Amino acid sequence: MITKVVMPKLSDAMETGKVIKWIKHEGDSIKGGDIIAEIETDKANVEIEAFGAGVLRKVVVDEGGEVPVGDLIAVIAEPAENIDPVLAAAPKAPAAPAPAVTAAPPDPAKPAAVPSASAPGAVPSTETYKSAPETGKVVPMTPESGRPQLAPAAAAAAAAPTGPRLVASAPAGAPAAGARVKASPLAKKIAAQSGVDLAGLHGSGPGGRIVRRDVEDALAAGPAPAGAAAPAARAAAPARAPFVVPARTDAEYEDVPLTAMRATIAKRMPLSKGPVPHFYVTSEVAMDRAGELRAELNALDGSPKVSVNDLVIRACALALMRHPGVNASLQGQAVRMHHRAHIGLAVALDAGLITPVLRDCDVKPLVQIAAEARDLADRARAGKLRASELSGATFTISNLGMLDVEEFSAIINPPEGAILAVGSMLEKAVVVDGALAVGRRMKMTISCDHRVMDGAMGARFLQDVKRLLEEPLRLLV
Amino acid sequence: MAIMTYREALNQALREEMDRDPRVFVMGEEVGLYDGAYKVTQGLLKAYGDKRIIDTPICESGFTGIGVGAAMLGLRPVIEMMTFNFSILALDQIVNSAAKMCYMSGGQYPIPLVVRGPGGPAAQLAAQHSQSMETYFYHVPGLKVVRPTTPADAKGLLKSAIRDDNPVIFIEAETLYAVKGEVPDDPDFTIPLGKAIIRREGTDVTVIAYMGMMYRAMEVAEELAKEGISCELVDPRTLRPMDTDTIVSSVRKTHRAVVLEAGAGFAGMGSEIASEIAEEAFDDLDAPVERVTGENAPMPYAKNLERLKTPSKEKIADAIRKVCYR
Repeated sequence: MITKVVMPKLSDAMETGKVIKWIKHEGDSIKGGDIIAEIETDKANVEIEAFGAGVLRKVVVDEGGEVPVGDLIAVIAEPAENIDPVLAAAPKAPAAPAPAVTAAPPDPAKPAAVPSASAPGAVPSTETYKSAPETGKVVPMTPESGRPQLAPAAAAAAAAPTGPRLVASAPAGAPAAGARVKASPLAKKIAAQSGVDLAGLHGSGPGGRIVRRDVEDALAAGPAPAGAAAPAARAAAPARAPFVVPARTDAEYEDVPLTAMRATIAKRMPLSKGPVPHFYVTSEVAMDRAGELRAELNALDGSPKVSVNDLVIRACALALMRHPGVNASLQGQAVRMHHRAHIGLAVALDAGLITPVLRDCDVKPLVQIAAEARDLADRARAGKLRASELSGATFTISNLGMLDVEEFSAIINPPEGAILAVGSMLEKAVVVDGALAVGRRMKMTISCDHRVMDGAMGARFLQDVKRLLEEPLRLLV
Repeated sequence: MAIMTYREALNQALREEMDRDPRVFVMGEEVGLYDGAYKVTQGLLKAYGDKRIIDTPICESGFTGIGVGAAMLGLRPVIEMMTFNFSILALDQIVNSAAKMCYMSGGQYPIPLVVRGPGGPAAQLAAQHSQSMETYFYHVPGLKVVRPTTPADAKGLLKSAIRDDNPVIFIEAETLYAVKGEVPDDPDFTIPLGKAIIRREGTDVTVIAYMGMMYRAMEVAEELAKEGISCELVDPRTLRPMDTDTIVSSVRKTHRAVVLEAGAGFAGMGSEIASEIAEEAFDDLDAPVERVTGENAPMPYAKNLERLKTPSKEKIADAIRKVCYR
């Protein structure tokens, strides 16, 4: 069986991907589930796994090469199989209606050249290799789909999300236009969360509907794209590191090429701050009781350590349920009110910033939030997030508290409607019952999209967050 | 806890509430001298006298109207419908007076009225006496509607209905009057209105049913367990207000739902529950919600046809297998 390895689409925003490293090399034998390469997307580095078994016959895109989503990057096949048709078809199939995955027109700007292929006419219009096994598989690999009933759907799904380039090239009247993958809502949800591409699956329900067990079978066939979290090489709390000024260099300046992440940030932020009219509301919270509660929780044996930010996450989640107008985003002619608190957590990296999403914070107890937030942050720093963990936030929290920041304001991450910027918890002179005392205070600033909500809504939300943090037992119930 | 019949549990509830509150009285056809057509009010006349146990002429509209008036003046009437099929004659009093009086008087006249009696299909009572009357009431804002499945529920819910300040339609079942079960003796025992109960825990499919359908569902669940299908059985107990939370959280767990309904399905309780599930738990569903209802026909008298008209165990099992893709 010949398996084509294509550049996977790992997030909504992803248009191209870069091969960072080939873990397997031409001639290596491969079995299903083997990690074969590492891909840099616009957000994270993701390992991709082999779907088919055989030998890695051809690496089409070298390390460092960047290609559009859906393009062939390698071929796995049995040693004796003729893979020339695949290599020939991949870059150059003009408007051949055959497999839509390969329907991309030649792109002169494509950095990674594909071995010269014979003329289009040489490509057989019907496949000469076998179809995918029953259970389908994880995103990265798209097997040649020979199953007649699935082919149109698979083709549509493979073509649709790949951006205008591929869609535009689809021949008129191709089934891609109207066909859709039929899957139960639950199957779609699990697939989205675990990064499984429904297009490659065989549906066992009525009319080929993909149901939960089909997705779970696919998951069981191989672990999710991102491997287990490697221990993060994260500096421990900066306990007064020596203050060293680097030596002067000869060069007057240097140009550092944008990483994919920096390029994405540079592209996206003006799309927020420009068109989205921000307004800001700041509030100061008395954190004395929250601090005490946290100390008590952290003194408990065997319980995950709870950070101030975990308390803020929980408080925001509860407050968002009471203020759906803040948990909202502009969708064309409608304001979408979210009934889940999926909270994006801004994690600073050396190379930029990433916001993994902690889902369903409104129904998760504090200790679970603490454990999951820590796991997400660790894996974010290790570049081991799954693509599905990077989208779907309804609200974001950015906390610079650990950097001695009194207060700041953040830029909204569209399409979300608001973001909360959290400063340090500081000891301050405060007036309590008419007398001076020492209290712990923390400032929070919410940035809101004025197209979606108004000042008072942001203020009332913030008031609730403040109240929850000042009556912190509410965070436990 | 005592073992008693559903009928005795209702009788006990009436006695306890009459002992507790002198404003409670019972009125209806043959509730006194005859001890009730189905003996729910057995012995009450002797115990409480003819001022509180009142036999009426055959005139549902009249005595239900008296009940509404008595409730307006502060009494707490329990009106017995000999069967709920006769409540159609009192529909104007229930729908236009009882349900709306509190609203239309700006809250001056709450109507703490209970209308109770047997309803739903029984054995060979034919078209006019075998129908699910709850559908006529739960559509009306201002009414609460209760359908108690077990003896304990019958007692606990009737007591709550009598203590409630709103009109409550309390529909029992002739086929369940002789069912026995454990019933708490505590005179303070009540079951809140609007609270569903999970009668059997399971992982693969949520089956929502009440009254006779729940007993049938229990048998089916037992049989399907042998096929490896684990059913969770949810009994709403109160149809209005409906405990959507319990139903939806069960569906969020099992990802599939089948709603059973003895009556003809069109715009029935099954439609309402299926719609709530679709609105609240769409992303958790692995299959469309399935309804098993009575056929769209008047109830035939002939036994074989009666069986075809009602949701059989086979139909229920088929629907459950279908949503489980088995």
